[in-house]
Amino acid sequence: MSLQLDFPAVLERWPSFLAGAVLTLELAAFATVLGALLGTLAAVGRGTHNALISGACKVYVETIRNTPLLVQIFLVYFGLASLGLKFSAFTVAVAALTINVGAYTAEIMRAGFEAIPRGQIEAAEGLALSRLQIYWHIILLPAIEKVYPALTSQFVLLMLASSVCSQISAEELTAVANYIQSDTYRAFETYIIVAVLYVILSLVMRAGFWGLGLVLFPRRRRLGTPL
Amino acid sequence: MQQNPSSDSIVSLRDVQKSFGSLRVLDGVSFAVERGEVLALIGRSGSGKSTALRCIDRFEKVDGGEIVVCGHRVDRPDVDLRALRQDVGIVFQSYNLFPHLTIEQNITLAPCAVKGLANSQAKDLARKVLAQVGLEEKLHAYPEQLSGGQQQRAAIARSLAMQPKVMLFDEVTSALDPELTAEVLKVIEQLAADGMTMVMVTHEMGFAKGIADRIVFMHRGKVHETGPASILTSPTTPELTQFVGTGNLKS
Repeated sequence: MSLQLDFPAVLERWPSFLAGAVLTLELAAFATVLGALLGTLAAVGRGTHNALISGACKVYVETIRNTPLLVQIFLVYFGLASLGLKFSAFTVAVAALTINVGAYTAEIMRAGFEAIPRGQIEAAEGLALSRLQIYWHIILLPAIEKVYPALTSQFVLLMLASSVCSQISAEELTAVANYIQSDTYRAFETYIIVAVLYVILSLVMRAGFWGLGLVLFPRRRRLGTPL
Repeated sequence: MQQNPSSDSIVSLRDVQKSFGSLRVLDGVSFAVERGEVLALIGRSGSGKSTALRCIDRFEKVDGGEIVVCGHRVDRPDVDLRALRQDVGIVFQSYNLFPHLTIEQNITLAPCAVKGLANSQAKDLARKVLAQVGLEEKLHAYPEQLSGGQQQRAAIARSLAMQPKVMLFDEVTSALDPELTAEVLKVIEQLAADGMTMVMVTHEMGFAKGIADRIVFMHRGKVHETGPASILTSPTTPELTQFVGTGNLKS
């Protein structure tokens, strides 16, 4: 029994692979930005004294963290459909991924918020800053800075997990691979290429987050402290 | 030891009560601070002096009594906290500079965000207040690049930039070694000479004696003895005698 790999037969489909990879990156980018916003709001909400808001945020976070992503995707997909609302697979995928990563982001950001020393907030209050100004100027960036590695790992994981969006025929990388392997009967080669492409996408995202970190945390850049 | 705070007091506390759970921390505290006056709150740890100071800026809510600060009724639940805190500057033992901002940004943040100062004006202001504390060259440094004494001076400058009518100092030199303590005290002395109204909780008895117009000695949540700085050398109550006699008067 010998292994015979025929990469050229698969690689000639490179435009499809490329399109799939780009779509995966787009999915990840949208869900990361929206999920970061949603998660941060949920983390703030969970910390408020309003029992209704903090309870709602807790239910959201715990529900999402204790159900499979694929089930969440189906719930959004079929849920919207049964309400008579028609959206593209891409939109549904972004929505489901956002809801999913928002819950994990909320937990990570909550840890970041809790790591801000009480004295920082008192000093800001003593300077007459409003609550919103304190969140914006004093808490948010240092909180993100404290959890940045955990946060960015979560977003890379999200990109990898977006492969299950192939199940609702969003034309992302894994869905493309499924077509190609059924066309070419070269499944092993196809998924080797796809795996390599996912590694490249991960590296691209990590490089992006590294660059974003330089912009967000100028003190790190100035003092040369690695993140 | 009760006084009737006069109406032109910058700060006045009358019969202030405060408990943490079953622990009565302030038990009928009254004192007043006039414009331009420097008042030193002294006493043992746990005597209530820091709590009394924090009540002035409403970092603690009082259970009873009356606090008036620059016309704000601080004891009332409807006090406008942001208006109060524009009139009152507070400096903490642990400096509490914002670590992610440069010294300049630390100073300009509140004048821009709260008072709506233009960026260029705020930067001029930052230079001015940093010169006051002798730190002009640290304008673009980050807090962690400064020594403890420099951080505390920067924190004082940050507070000054809001042009408060009264400044509160909560054991601002307790985390510093004697040399750094001296450089911070020098800045505070200069402020006093410039006529700033100040209330300070301090363990530096020599300093309190040199700078304070009035001493309030707190003991078990009450104002136990009060008077001019000379009470430190000739105390009338046995508690203050014991307190200043335990080596606290070394400067």
